Amino acid sequence: MTAPSDTEAPDNDPVDTDSLLSTAQAAIAGARSIEEIRQVAASVSGKRSPLAEASRRLGALEPAARKALGQQIHQARTAIDGLLEQRRNDLEREERSRQMAEARMDLTEFIPGSIPAPAARGHLHLVSQTRDSLEDVFVGMGFEAAEGPEIETDWFNFGALNMPPAHPARSMFDTFYLNLGPPESTVLRTHTSPVQIHLMEEAVASGGLPIHAVMPGRAYRHETEDARHLAVFHQIEGLVVDKGITFADLAGTIQVFTTAYFGPDIHSRLRPAYFPFTEPSAEFEVTCTICHGEGCRTCSQTGWIELGGCGMVDPAVFDAVGIDADEWTGFAFGFGIDRCAQMRHQIADMRALTENDLRFLRQF
Amino acid sequence: MRVPLSWLRDFAPFVGNPADLAAALDDLGLVVEEIEVVGEGLGDVVVARVDSVAAIEGADRIRLVVVDAGSGPVEVVCGAWNFEVGDLVPLAPVGATLPGGFEIGRRKMKGVVSNGMLCSGRELNLSADHEGILRLNEMENVSAGQPLTEALGIEADVIFDIAVEANRPDASSIAGVARDLAARLGLPFAIPDTSVLLGAAAPVVPRIGAPVGTLASVRVDDLELCPRFTATVLTGVEVAPSPAWLSRRLTLAGMRPINNVVDASNYVMLELGQPTHPYDLDGLGGHGLVIRRARPGEAITTLDGVPRSLGRPGPSLGDTGQDCLICDAEGTAVAIGGVMGGASSEIDDATSRVLLEAAYFVPMAIARTSKRLGLRTEASARFERGCDPAGIDLAAGRFCELLAQSAGDAMSVAAGVIDVQGDVPVPLSLTVRPAKVNALLGTEFTSSQIAEMLAPLGISAEPPDGAGDLPLVVTVPTYRPDIRPAPNGEADIAEEVARTYGYARLARRTPSWPQPGRLTIYQRDRRLLREVLCGLGASEAWTSTFVSEFDQVRAGFDAPYIEVTNPLVEAERFLRSSMAPGLLRAVIYNTDRRQDDVRLFEVGTVFRLPRTSAVDPDGGPSAEAPERLSAVFAARGDDAWTAVAAWRTIAEALGIADWAMTDCLPSSRDSAVLHPFRRASLSSIVTGPAGHNGGAGQSTEVGVIGELDPTTVGEFGLLEADGRPRPVGWLDLDIGTLLDRDLVPRRPEEARPITRFPSSDIDLAFVVADSVPAGGVERTLRRSGGELLESVELFDVYRGASVPEGSRSLAFRLRFCALDHTVTDQEVGELRTQCIGAVEREHQARLR
Repeated sequence: MTAPSDTEAPDNDPVDTDSLLSTAQAAIAGARSIEEIRQVAASVSGKRSPLAEASRRLGALEPAARKALGQQIHQARTAIDGLLEQRRNDLEREERSRQMAEARMDLTEFIPGSIPAPAARGHLHLVSQTRDSLEDVFVGMGFEAAEGPEIETDWFNFGALNMPPAHPARSMFDTFYLNLGPPESTVLRTHTSPVQIHLMEEAVASGGLPIHAVMPGRAYRHETEDARHLAVFHQIEGLVVDKGITFADLAGTIQVFTTAYFGPDIHSRLRPAYFPFTEPSAEFEVTCTICHGEGCRTCSQTGWIELGGCGMVDPAVFDAVGIDADEWTGFAFGFGIDRCAQMRHQIADMRALTENDLRFLRQF
Repeated sequence: MRVPLSWLRDFAPFVGNPADLAAALDDLGLVVEEIEVVGEGLGDVVVARVDSVAAIEGADRIRLVVVDAGSGPVEVVCGAWNFEVGDLVPLAPVGATLPGGFEIGRRKMKGVVSNGMLCSGRELNLSADHEGILRLNEMENVSAGQPLTEALGIEADVIFDIAVEANRPDASSIAGVARDLAARLGLPFAIPDTSVLLGAAAPVVPRIGAPVGTLASVRVDDLELCPRFTATVLTGVEVAPSPAWLSRRLTLAGMRPINNVVDASNYVMLELGQPTHPYDLDGLGGHGLVIRRARPGEAITTLDGVPRSLGRPGPSLGDTGQDCLICDAEGTAVAIGGVMGGASSEIDDATSRVLLEAAYFVPMAIARTSKRLGLRTEASARFERGCDPAGIDLAAGRFCELLAQSAGDAMSVAAGVIDVQGDVPVPLSLTVRPAKVNALLGTEFTSSQIAEMLAPLGISAEPPDGAGDLPLVVTVPTYRPDIRPAPNGEADIAEEVARTYGYARLARRTPSWPQPGRLTIYQRDRRLLREVLCGLGASEAWTSTFVSEFDQVRAGFDAPYIEVTNPLVEAERFLRSSMAPGLLRAVIYNTDRRQDDVRLFEVGTVFRLPRTSAVDPDGGPSAEAPERLSAVFAARGDDAWTAVAAWRTIAEALGIADWAMTDCLPSSRDSAVLHPFRRASLSSIVTGPAGHNGGAGQSTEVGVIGELDPTTVGEFGLLEADGRPRPVGWLDLDIGTLLDRDLVPRRPEEARPITRFPSSDIDLAFVVADSVPAGGVERTLRRSGGELLESVELFDVYRGASVPEGSRSLAFRLRFCALDHTVTDQEVGELRTQCIGAVEREHQARLR
């Protein structure tokens, strides 16, 4: 039977924590492997380490001496544990690097035919399938497809579109601002309409009028997402600037597109609306794809679903880009690609489009 | 905006069914979002007195109630417990039809016959309350036997909930909606001088009290912010509840009645669109008002109890920091002009003298103040759209007239009005060319037809009867600030013509033009890329643009990042520098749902600040936003090789002339996400005209390839069953570069003739140090094989016995052929020697 520790003779030798610490430091620095650092740890801070011995003897000291030495031991232990941890991390990192280096692969060492063909074909995202279909419809109607940046300056997103700073209509566009340049000078585009401005400016600079283009892309609105709204979404914009273009061409284009994309029994109608960048402006609605115009819950019994906005290019916009509004007229329209997908495929909650669930993606 | 049909009828004789009226409003762009029918189906409901209440044997939820509706006792079974004997309650007798078409029949419950139903507020469509029976005890002059509609003073009505566009301040009022609708339906429209509800005999309230100037003063120091300010003073006002009809109209329109003074002000705003503000004159120090620009940092506590600091521009673009402050004559701030009043001069029961403000504030200034303070009120919403400065007098008169109905006989209106005016908008005169209107609309309207369509909107045109293309000079009233001066105003007039005529009646035409429609080569190639990825078993993902700092760091990108000033989720306030975090999370989303064979790709924009301190001309840092294709191969068995196979398929599909896989530069940010020993940089090689024997070409990096760093994969939590990170192949291409045919040339378009002579193969195996990439050996062989070399292919890699440690054997098959003859053994032999020599020399290799 081992004698209980409290019967051992109290060792009154002073404990030199500084020297304990420096000894430990040297030992830790000398460890060259995970195994070695494990051993060092046991010897400098384990149950049988001098530090632990010193701690055990504390109980026999006078309260004042106990407190002073206790603090010293605590400090030494904290320092040693820190060093051990750091060294252990370093060694583990080295070990990982070594393992990684051992796992080196020469990627040019590829043997053709060594990778089996995939079990199943992948699927394009429903949004890009929808975008492709829409582009195809418009290309068939004589449009080109153009794209523009997602980060825009205030001028392209608002100013040139007849919304000078502080214009109340800006509140229609809940905007994400970026910490680039002066406050609110740079935004994530709230619509694809700024691409219109880029196209018109380029056309004016290069003598490239007329313009017949659609502009698909990603846009951003600072709003809480729900079943019908996403903060990050996709729009397609259309712009025609030519001689003799009228509202009749706009209404005709919308009608042809509607039927071509949604099917022969889906029609469109226009009603007055306000957009700062078009005048006259209209909202366009299409026959409800759920009830085919009979009236249902989705269309609030109206038989119609609002799809997008359109109108004749506002003369103020032409003025901003330097196009003579007496020589050229034009129309523009825009609507949500995700919304089209939602309508055509009867997707209850639009957020399904952002989940990337293969069980969803593989349906299309 | 909630618009009761009965209120619209004050202005024009609208008849017909509400659905048709709603359709007409829709066609005008005053979109009806909801039609609500109120007070309908109450015709049969009567007020009844509760005479007795008794338990029903065997029932603990329902009781037998005997009520009397003036024609003797009626026994009704009722499940509500919130009334007692003597209470007055609504009774729907047998045969009544309630709102929603619910028919009341004689029913038997627990052996007891119920001869009708006692109703809750919700059952009558009068309130949302369904806690118990509607109790009528507290109402005045209600007695048993009265029809409920009479007792409550309600009539059936229809409420149109209209979404008014931001450019139509005039339509933010009952009168404005009525004007548009009357114009559309060809009905006469008039703003009555006196309320039709008061009867034609009710006089306009005369302003015959003491001269207004002796009672109050107004000084406008800033006519730029407030170009017109009027003050009307009313004395002897008794603050009381509004008449029932007025309270009811406010309620129907969605406002809560407060007292007759506040209600009259609200009523005028709803009806005419002109906000007014009543002050307790005796709460105004010095009995006067001073309208001035707020000093920087000046404070006011608004009616909602919130202290507001004014006079300093906020961060919003275009904010001048100019706020219109209204103070009393002693300098105490009493209101933010056009936005909200302060508490100190609020109307209360003790008020007897009222100063009514009716003013015009500059719309842009109100918009700025309202936006900066985050304070949008019924008043500011109207002022920022632009109220009618000419409608002020009518609004003030209307207020007096309404208040006279309930403010007691002692009420009197001071003689005269204090009216301070600066530069106030005046009616706009505009020349309109019918040809321009027709050019926009695709119509053939004559001058007189246009004039005729504008007239009912209050827009007069001269001459009214012009033939053909005769230009018109139109005068636009000040309540239509949305119609702009020349040259833009013609488009605005065109819209008014189209609205009155009907958008649906305008012709449609399918346009055509000589230019063909097409996608750009870039767009077509990008589609091809996506199809190729699908063919490789990868599905397309769409991951978020917004990422956290954790994501950015794991993707190998150090700060600074492009940051969103106002993120939706605080942690996700950065624009992604890489699609890797989003795709990894998408993989995990799927593996968590037992979808194990996940390969995903995304084509999207990433956002980066350039490393150099490039500064754009505007002074801000410029952002790079390249379009990239990133693909993650995380199916079982996938690793770097899956990505390599994918890349080779892509290069083949695009027909890239020559490419190479080399070590990643330490500075490459896109490679930081990869396993440091299982990664490579992909580049296109452009060889100069004389370069076929020079070897080294111009190389352009198009992307990186390899296996994701297992540490990163582990940190995201994509682990195998044994807890180790899953090997994930990664391919990340800058498609702007990849698809640029100048930087990345494709194989030549010209057809290369195919030989009709047989070819000859040789196999060469070399022992090569592990540090020498196989691709380098292959390149040497390709170069050394000369024009007769048709193909080189690695077909075996061997490590182990007979090959020294640190080396491996690489076996290549070389195929030779010639266009005009069968290659001879001698030719092949010479080329073989040449190839071996070059490989041994250049790569310290040894033929095995």
